[in-house]
Amino acid sequence: MKRWLPLILFTLLSAVLYVGLHLNPREVPSPFIGKPAPAFTLPTVEHPDKTFSPAQMQGKVWLLNVWAPWCVACRQEHESLLQIAQMGLVPLVGLNWKDKGREATALLAQSGDPYLACAEDLSGMVGIDYGVTGTPETYVIDKRGLVRMKHIGPIDAEAWENKFMPLIKELNR
Amino acid sequence: MIPELGNFALIVALLLALIQSILPLIGAHRGNATLMAVARPAAQGQFAFVAIAFGCLAYSFISHDFSVINVAHNSFSQLPKIYCLTATWGSHEGSILLWALILGFWTTAVTVFSRHLPDEMVSRVVGVMGLISVGFLAFMLITSNPFLRQFPIPADGNDLNPLLQDPGMVMHPPMLYMGYVGFSVAFAFAIAALLSGKMDAAWARWSRPWTTVAWMFLSGGITLGSWWAYKELGWGGWWFWDPTENASFMPWLAGTALIHSLAVTEKRGAFKAWTVLMAIAAFSLSLLGTFLVRSGVLSSIHAFATDPARGVFILGFLGVVIGGSLALFAWRAPRMLSGGGFTWFSREALLLANNVILLAALGTVLLGTLYPLLMDTLGLGKISVGPPYFNAVFVPVMAPAFFLMGVGPLLRWKQASLPDLATRLKWALAISLAVGLIVPLTQKGFNVWVSLGLMLSTWIALTVIEGFRERLKHSQGGLFGRLSGLPRSYWGMQIAHFGIALGVAGITVVANYQTERDVKMSPGEHVELAGYSFVFQGVSQVPGPNYVAARGEIEVSRNGSRVALLYPEKRTYNASGMPMTEAAIDPNFLRDIYVSLGEPLDGGAWAVRVYYKPFINWLWLGGALLALGGFLAASDRRYRLSLRKAVASVYAQAGARA
Repeated sequence: MKRWLPLILFTLLSAVLYVGLHLNPREVPSPFIGKPAPAFTLPTVEHPDKTFSPAQMQGKVWLLNVWAPWCVACRQEHESLLQIAQMGLVPLVGLNWKDKGREATALLAQSGDPYLACAEDLSGMVGIDYGVTGTPETYVIDKRGLVRMKHIGPIDAEAWENKFMPLIKELNR
Repeated sequence: MIPELGNFALIVALLLALIQSILPLIGAHRGNATLMAVARPAAQGQFAFVAIAFGCLAYSFISHDFSVINVAHNSFSQLPKIYCLTATWGSHEGSILLWALILGFWTTAVTVFSRHLPDEMVSRVVGVMGLISVGFLAFMLITSNPFLRQFPIPADGNDLNPLLQDPGMVMHPPMLYMGYVGFSVAFAFAIAALLSGKMDAAWARWSRPWTTVAWMFLSGGITLGSWWAYKELGWGGWWFWDPTENASFMPWLAGTALIHSLAVTEKRGAFKAWTVLMAIAAFSLSLLGTFLVRSGVLSSIHAFATDPARGVFILGFLGVVIGGSLALFAWRAPRMLSGGGFTWFSREALLLANNVILLAALGTVLLGTLYPLLMDTLGLGKISVGPPYFNAVFVPVMAPAFFLMGVGPLLRWKQASLPDLATRLKWALAISLAVGLIVPLTQKGFNVWVSLGLMLSTWIALTVIEGFRERLKHSQGGLFGRLSGLPRSYWGMQIAHFGIALGVAGITVVANYQTERDVKMSPGEHVELAGYSFVFQGVSQVPGPNYVAARGEIEVSRNGSRVALLYPEKRTYNASGMPMTEAAIDPNFLRDIYVSLGEPLDGGAWAVRVYYKPFINWLWLGGALLALGGFLAASDRRYRLSLRKAVASVYAQAGARA
């Protein structure tokens, strides 16, 4: 029996590794789920003289999409965001995070602006309040202003169909 | 055209690897000399074709062929040429190709330096290594082809990750891989012995120099990696217990255990089963490390793009290689009768204890590395395991090993006498205790860890000296002549042990007595640290080949006289826009002054970090001595003799052919 021990241990280890392959180590649950979305007031990229604050969205289910012009994955996500905006199912608000080069205005003008408004978080402090671990990240916020879900990474067709749509429909009911 | 040639060469290499593994293994099983004769040419041909593929990829990088996806993602038109070359293995695909290349290199080395071995053994060893080549080449062709093209061709590349653009990174991956992959030779010898069913000590004798060379490379590679992290990450840290570091450290621990148990198996015929298991473990951990790094199951600074197909492939491969060899081990284990009895106090017994401790230490690292994954898998939440766990668990586990390290080499095989040893070592013990108790008193607050660390370090160093003293006691002649008369394997062991002594001292001191300050500095301002005064002279913009650097100038002085002018940089790379910290260091034997730039603040001020790191260089020196010790041990006279014979026979054959 003793001589089979290494093989048995290895088999158990493989099982763990196999399951682990299908998990995402970067998907850290947000402590804000079910809590009020942190308040802020920031100028918008589109109209620097106007400001945006989550209080304006009271009574609506909306998405807060954290992105940055320097983020490659965000550019991949841009196309999906434009489609989501076109569907008109849910308002999309951007948070332009740590855009030191101030490239967002030109980028949105050039490749299309999916956002109802895009807040400009130059210092990155609001992102830190929300516990942003990387870009892109998207928060689903309900009518009472509570964070209901956090999605890490680009929104792809699968995530939209299986995660966002059902939740948004339920929250809008 | 060139990338297609590379792709074609990979396919040919895969076919040759299949021939290299299947025919010689069948030949060895049936005793068919014709089939066994295929082993050497097939292995050499396989290596040649992998080398051609590697050359093609390197050429694509150097010629900036951005139609190759891999090049476009990992290179840039302004990238300096040396980094174009290293970018060849900077990506996932390229690093797997490097793996295969080095595996081919080791296999070819076995075919050349094994003329004195029975054909059956060589066929099995080469065949087993061929199976591993098959796995890696197939992995590349199926999921990670480095030669894929894209159209339209992008105007420029995304640049090599700036973290990898450092001289330390030029040598680190090849050295590390030489170590990782080198354990495949010991593994193949162990499997060959299991397959043949002849479990005598011969395979241990043959695989010993190979293991030592692989271990030498791995020691050097880990040291370089640590030095790189220290210089490049800008936090002054040199070991983070990051999953990827652990992935290289675990095979090192297993390899260290293997080296010691191989010595017992060769000299005394004992621990046969254990040694086979260690040989399997060292290489299995290398493969596991590759899996952990490449599959993205753990997040790490080294993580590459996640692709589950790759992970599934490597895991399947792991299952076949490791699972298969452990099953073979379990099946053959009853045949491995241990020869040579020994008492509880003998060199064998201490080496066994050392092995058990190393394995326990390995277990703690493995557990810490996989624990987050285990919790996640069982749905028990997301956790991360950091340095506090490893420091709290690993250090106490290793402490007894350091103590035994001093004693082991001084004991006789089979049976030794404890009172005799106590007489020989009482002075060393007394001095070690004194150093451990007195030196920490010179600093503010007595620190138990410093005391223990210095005690063990002094103990190892003194027992090394005692070892030399006893070896030389009965020989004649001048000191130099007598020292050079000692075999290189003995020198190798003692130097490596002394390297550990230096490393332990360095780690102990720097971990407990380093000081640092993180301050906001405007030009002209100064800060004091550890008796040194740092004056910030301001920052200027300096263009680099593929980046723009904000270069700070900091004057370091002590008691009014200038010690150094340091130029830490904050680089912004043109292609990725990624900021990188380039620390500036003023090194000497007793301390490093380490300065790095943080973020620019308003009004020309910068966040500046200054560190005083006593004894840090003892750590790298210790690592270098480990590698040197390995080199000396592997170049011992008896191996050189057999090497010379092998080379002579190669020439003789070539002459006969011509």
